[in-house]
Order: sequence, then C-alpha cells, then structure tokens
Amino acid sequence: MTGAPEPRIDPDVDLGQPDDRSVPPGPTAVLLAVIAAGGVLGALTRAGAQAAAPNAATGFAWATFGVNVLGCLLIGVLMVLVERCRANPLLRPFLGVGVLGGFTSFSAYVLDVHRAAQAGAFGVAGGYLVATVLGALAAVWLGDVTTNALLDRRAAR
Amino acid sequence: MVTALLVALGAAVGAPLRYLVDRAVQSAHRTRLPLGTLTVNVAGSFLLGALVGVPVAPALGALLGTGFCGALTTWSTCGYETLRLARTGARSVALANIVLSVTVGLGAAWLGFALARALAG
Repeated sequence: MTGAPEPRIDPDVDLGQPDDRSVPPGPTAVLLAVIAAGGVLGALTRAGAQAAAPNAATGFAWATFGVNVLGCLLIGVLMVLVERCRANPLLRPFLGVGVLGGFTSFSAYVLDVHRAAQAGAFGVAGGYLVATVLGALAAVWLGDVTTNALLDRRAAR
Repeated sequence: MVTALLVALGAAVGAPLRYLVDRAVQSAHRTRLPLGTLTVNVAGSFLLGALVGVPVAPALGALLGTGFCGALTTWSTCGYETLRLARTGARSVALANIVLSVTVGLGAAWLGFALARALAG
C-alpha cells in the first residue's frame, strides 16, 4: 500500500470529493475499449429483454422497468464489492460504467413515459414514472446494504 | 442478427462517450450535483425523443436509439450517485438530482419529439 490514494478511473464515485473530479492522465484506449465492450454486452442484454417482453403503448413497460431496477440493484452490490475487496482496476469500469451503464437506460425510461402519455394512458405513464424512480433507488440501497451485511458477517467469522 | 449488430455498434460508441462527457463535465464544476450524468441523460433523452418523433427506420432506431442513446444514458449511475449523496448528508441535493433528472429528461424527450415532428412535417 502506498500513501497516495489510487486515482479514480470511472464516474461512479463520490462526487463530493474534489479528488474524484480530477481527470486522470488521459483515458487510455484500453480503458475506453473495456467500457465499450461492457456497454455492448449490457445493451444487447437490454435489447433482448425488451424484444422478449414488448409492451403496447398503453401498457406498463415491464422489460425496461425490470432492466433499470435490476441494474440499480447490481450497481449497489458492485460498488460495495469494489470498495471493500481487492479487484482488478478495470473491473469497475467494465462492469459499472460499461455493462450496467449500457444495460440500464434513462432515455428508454423517459420515452416509455412519453409513449404512454401520448397514447392517453396517463395513469400508466405516471405509475411507471414513479415506480421506476422508487424501484431504482430502493434497489441501489438494497444492493448496498445487503452486500455490506454479508461482507460484515463473513469478516466476523 | 443485423439488429443486434446495430445495437452493439451504437452501444460501443455510446458507453465510452458517456464516460468521456461525464469526466469533462464533472471536472468543470464545483457543485455536488452529478451534472455529468445529468448531461448525458438529458442529451440522450432529447435525441431519442427526436428519433421517435421523425420516426426513423427500425435499423436506425436499433443503432441510434436502442444502442447509442440506450448506452449513452444510464439509470444505474444516476441511482448510485443519488444514494451516495443521501448517505453523505446531502439529502436535498440527492432529492434535487432525482427530480431534476426526471423532469429535465422528460422535458428534453418531449422537446426532441416535438421538434422532430415539426421539422419532419
């Protein structure tokens, strides 16, 4: 261990820390390639889920909802694991920025709301809007708390 | 198969671009709001709204909509940053982040849709 903190290399960090905002000495091609590869995997999985469970304009977009909530649960788990366990420095950009970033989609979410509202299904639009926000935040929290508790229990043994 | 390839191609550009934009925005301001994620989410929502408004062909939708806009925008980082803010005592900033993300994102999608509709006639 050296005294200097390791430079942060992805955006999933504590934004209140000035250190976290410093741009690393030029993002390497490897880092960007790793993020791109993860993004492709995540996006293909999302597209697969959306194709497997399509919804009418007036219906609740369960596929996108599930993808976004699951992605939030997994980032909650991932960030605890990365912070508490020793991991390859490229794991976080690959899984966090790449896979989960590509898997979850904010634009698909807002367009689902837009589509339902356009179709006149205002109840569905509002319900989906609120359910995703609450589901996503609860999922991140749950992933974080559960993983911390499991690691605590393992460490206590 | 071709659709999957187009989604992959769009995502291969969208995901690293999100990282680069986020870094650039985050290093250029001093507030606690995660404006980098907000920027990509709003921009991607505007673009997807425009694509739906035209509307574009399915192939272009797969490339730019599902692939590029889908990977450019993110819920996981937005959710994580919001939790992090709430945890560190910045509850009002956390609330502002989620409210801003949803309202500005929706507004951007509506604007993109309406503009594309108007321009496409």
